[in-house]
Amino acid sequence: MNSRWQFWVSAVLFVLVMGAALYFPSLRRQVYKAKDITQKTAEEARRELLPPAPINSGDPKVKAKMFWGSRDQDGTLVPVTVELPLSSDPVLRAKQILNTLLAGPVDPEARTLPPDAALLAFYILPDGTGIADFSEGLATGIPSGIQSEQLAVDSITRTLQANVPQVQQLKILIHGQEVDTLAGHLDLTQTFQVSMKEAANPPPRGVEVITAPIQKAIEKVTGAAKK
Amino acid sequence: MFFAATHTTAVAQAPATPQNGTPTTPPAVPTPAQPTVPPQISRPSVGLNTVVLDPAHGGVDLGARGTEGIRESEVVLQFAAQIKQALEAQGFQVILTRQGNDDPSYDDRSARVNGQRGAIFITLHIASTGLTGTARTYVMTDFAPASDAPGLIPWDRAQAPFLGLSHKLGDLVQVELARKFRGSPLGAETAPVRQLRTTAAPAIAVEISSVSVESRAELDRMIPGVAEAIARGVAAFRPSYVVPGLPGTNPITPGAQL
Repeated sequence: MNSRWQFWVSAVLFVLVMGAALYFPSLRRQVYKAKDITQKTAEEARRELLPPAPINSGDPKVKAKMFWGSRDQDGTLVPVTVELPLSSDPVLRAKQILNTLLAGPVDPEARTLPPDAALLAFYILPDGTGIADFSEGLATGIPSGIQSEQLAVDSITRTLQANVPQVQQLKILIHGQEVDTLAGHLDLTQTFQVSMKEAANPPPRGVEVITAPIQKAIEKVTGAAKK
Repeated sequence: MFFAATHTTAVAQAPATPQNGTPTTPPAVPTPAQPTVPPQISRPSVGLNTVVLDPAHGGVDLGARGTEGIRESEVVLQFAAQIKQALEAQGFQVILTRQGNDDPSYDDRSARVNGQRGAIFITLHIASTGLTGTARTYVMTDFAPASDAPGLIPWDRAQAPFLGLSHKLGDLVQVELARKFRGSPLGAETAPVRQLRTTAAPAIAVEISSVSVESRAELDRMIPGVAEAIARGVAAFRPSYVVPGLPGTNPITPGAQL
């Protein structure tokens, strides 16, 4: 009788050990996967949840001019032409343009806006004031300094000026709120002039305009729209 | 409306929303009631005699942070100490907005100069970016002075009447900086710097590049050159600035039609 019980107990233990040996590696993989998910920043999570500016492939492709940083000339912007299917609706178009600007150029060194930043909303008031509401990532991710903050805002205003003529001036909000400064220097309580920006800041002479399409940025925007 | 944040508080009054700390209350500052009859003519004028130096950031606000634990809030204090000496050697009285690791609000810093007679304001910064070993001077972007507060300069637009003088000061300082530091721009640039907006005096921001240097010694080597350049620029500006008898009132430039 005793030996029979011993046999069954041993058999059950053996099955449990084998089951655990098979299950634990899978459990470990699931734990690591969950850890990776929680390590994702709040900004990234919010960005995934945000409804992307829909890009309708039926829209005609137009050559949009994006202003990113110059590698050759410190503290200056260069226009890069990108072919994008853009909406004729100015609000939608501004969202598409700004999302492409945020997606960044092929060369990360030419980036003017932090990768974690996201556009939460965009409106245009009847007087031509565009209101761009960005996530906190814009303020927290930007390198602190007058030059870097000015470059970031200039890249936004000049890109809007080149592609959305309905926007005359721009107000920048951070997470729906008016804030004193972008990252400790640039005044965000005022609006920024968008029209006449081109005349005030013509592209630097001798800087070649890059017209190659930036596949990565386009895929990021159009890919997000397909999801 | 969420974007209409226009305060009509005059420089004479405490700011509506101080950033932190206790709001400073500068003395009352009347401006001419009749623009066609400039009362400054009958008042004794005073020339430039005081420089308010503002080492930016401080306290919990470390500013830009770079390699080797370089913190903008600490480095600017060193720059300010040597610039103060260079300016005093030129005969100026120098007031620092902070001398230790504290963080006065933007309005408190502005109030240090807004209550002075014959003063200018220089805020000092170290950038995160830019060609290392260069320096740039910034002047507030043009903006229209508010017309809804007759007799007083609105606090949030206090810089507006001084923009012309600020440009002149900025260019003179930047020329000297460009002589010392190759690759620096030849003239002052404009940017909507928050600290400058509420300053009722000729005001500039000087930004040094950068905290991204390989070693702190590279920044330390720039200190004497920056100090000398700023002192020379301010000394060159001295003849251009004549202020009326009361602080906060509109400036007079020599030769200007009154």
